[in-house]
Amino acid sequence: MQKLIERLKEQFKISEVVFQKEDQTYLTVEKKDAVSMITYLRDFEGYTHLVLLTAVDWIEDGYFQLTYLLNNYEKKIDLGVRVKVDREKAEMVSIHHLWKTAATYQRELKEMFGIDFPNSPRINESFILEGWDDIPPYRRDFDTKKYSEETYFPRPGRETHDPAEYMKKKLYPEN
Amino acid sequence: MTEVSKYRDKFPQKNPDGTNIIDLESHKFIKVWHGPNHPGITGNMSLELTLQGDEVMECKTHVGYLHRGFEKLMERRRFIQCFPICVRVTVPEPDFNEYCLSTTIEELSGIEIPDAAVWMRTLLLEMSRLQSFLMWIGGQAGSFGLGIIGQWGNYVRDLVLDRFEEITGGRIYHMHMTPGGVRGLTPDGFEKRMEETLVEIEKVMKDIETTMFNNAIFKKRSVGLGYIDPSMVFEYGVTGPNARAAGIPKDVRKDNPYLKYDELDFDVIVGKDSDAFTRADIRRKEIHLSIDLIRQIMNKMPKSGDYMAKVPNVLHWKIPKGETYVRGECTRGEFGYYTVTDGSGYPRRINVRGPSYTHAVALMEKLAIDANIADTAGLMVSLHTYPPEIER
Repeated sequence: MQKLIERLKEQFKISEVVFQKEDQTYLTVEKKDAVSMITYLRDFEGYTHLVLLTAVDWIEDGYFQLTYLLNNYEKKIDLGVRVKVDREKAEMVSIHHLWKTAATYQRELKEMFGIDFPNSPRINESFILEGWDDIPPYRRDFDTKKYSEETYFPRPGRETHDPAEYMKKKLYPEN
Repeated sequence: MTEVSKYRDKFPQKNPDGTNIIDLESHKFIKVWHGPNHPGITGNMSLELTLQGDEVMECKTHVGYLHRGFEKLMERRRFIQCFPICVRVTVPEPDFNEYCLSTTIEELSGIEIPDAAVWMRTLLLEMSRLQSFLMWIGGQAGSFGLGIIGQWGNYVRDLVLDRFEEITGGRIYHMHMTPGGVRGLTPDGFEKRMEETLVEIEKVMKDIETTMFNNAIFKKRSVGLGYIDPSMVFEYGVTGPNARAAGIPKDVRKDNPYLKYDELDFDVIVGKDSDAFTRADIRRKEIHLSIDLIRQIMNKMPKSGDYMAKVPNVLHWKIPKGETYVRGECTRGEFGYYTVTDGSGYPRRINVRGPSYTHAVALMEKLAIDANIADTAGLMVSLHTYPPEIER
């Protein structure tokens, strides 16, 4: 794995390499290098299986982290490729030409996070949420509690407890 | 060339990428919605089929009937509160969710779990696999018109659920694996009752083999249906029995051994024809493999001992910043949790990688083309999909 990272460093701008466990490594790559690196990994390094493609919203730092988790079936190791995409102009180059399934992941990311992948097949068709007109719901600034209070009729007699507070009261009632 | 196939080649015309050109205005096509309620037991998902005669020309998968936003809900909860939610991601086989989530938490906070707990988890996952396959076999037979198999399969599945109830107190959702280990070991006399259950399953499986796998109707309808070319396996992200039926020995239990699978003696089952019948046959063999593995586990596992590592107070537990992916081989293929933490008491992001995500959308849309509409349900069940793990 160390050798592969060195080979990649010669060609692409990579940083933040984390050896998570024996068979799993994560690294961050510049946005413009990402697709060429993933193509290189698939065609020359044997990372032929796209395990998943997902996004993480780092709202306080103002970017989305896209994670392409690739699996090398011969060597049985994983490589997680992280790409930082600006939150204000969320757009990324599509990889549907590399894996057919990537189009589904990208369609979901467009709907749930609002990250656009131009030219990906059926990217603008709704996938899970039909007729959704709010902000993409998996973004951190979408408040699920507020949405459900506004959308659904509140049922009386339902109390919710914060478990930490509840246990504190139960165990130490005098305080 | 026969008279019929001559015309079939001319119409409909193809796009450069091989898909059919659909012109609804020509009145030669009709649109039919297959689902969300349908004869298979794959759950609520629908296929928008464009038909010409009784042949499928185009298929589009529609999901979202079961969307409850599990991944988002988990971001608002402490790690221990995620357990009742995560098991709902795959209803017929919830233990893999518990396993992946608790292993993630242990890995990120550096906790080693006791040996007895590892064996117990292996036993639970294998029992879960067995009952899920027994449920699937009814769906596969039912969609080809053999209704009785579902009754038999569910009868023996219920016996496995009884054994689950003995260990965990729950029949469907167990939540027996918690961060740090398991909630308990097997009760007294469990081995004897489990053995009786396994013998009963073997007896019923013999009947099922005679009535289903040697049945002319089942064979005629499933042989050659839904062929997955080995070259499609990586392109479409196919895993599990669907990939093994194509001759690719992809099995997480062997590839990246987790829990105690490296101490168990088993071979990966592979097929070569890669059609619906081969996939069914592989799953039948998997049932027998699962029975064998449960026997091996029961022989090897310790009957007593520590089963819970020391963990912090779960209500104040802060997991250090990090990210990891934990996977296991479930009945349908590779199942995994990708988790990102930010050092707080709540997960930053949990992403569930369900095998149905690739099987039911991109792969199904490809395989359904040129199939007969009567075979669509059987084809769908032969991919063994569970919609909740697509939409989470």
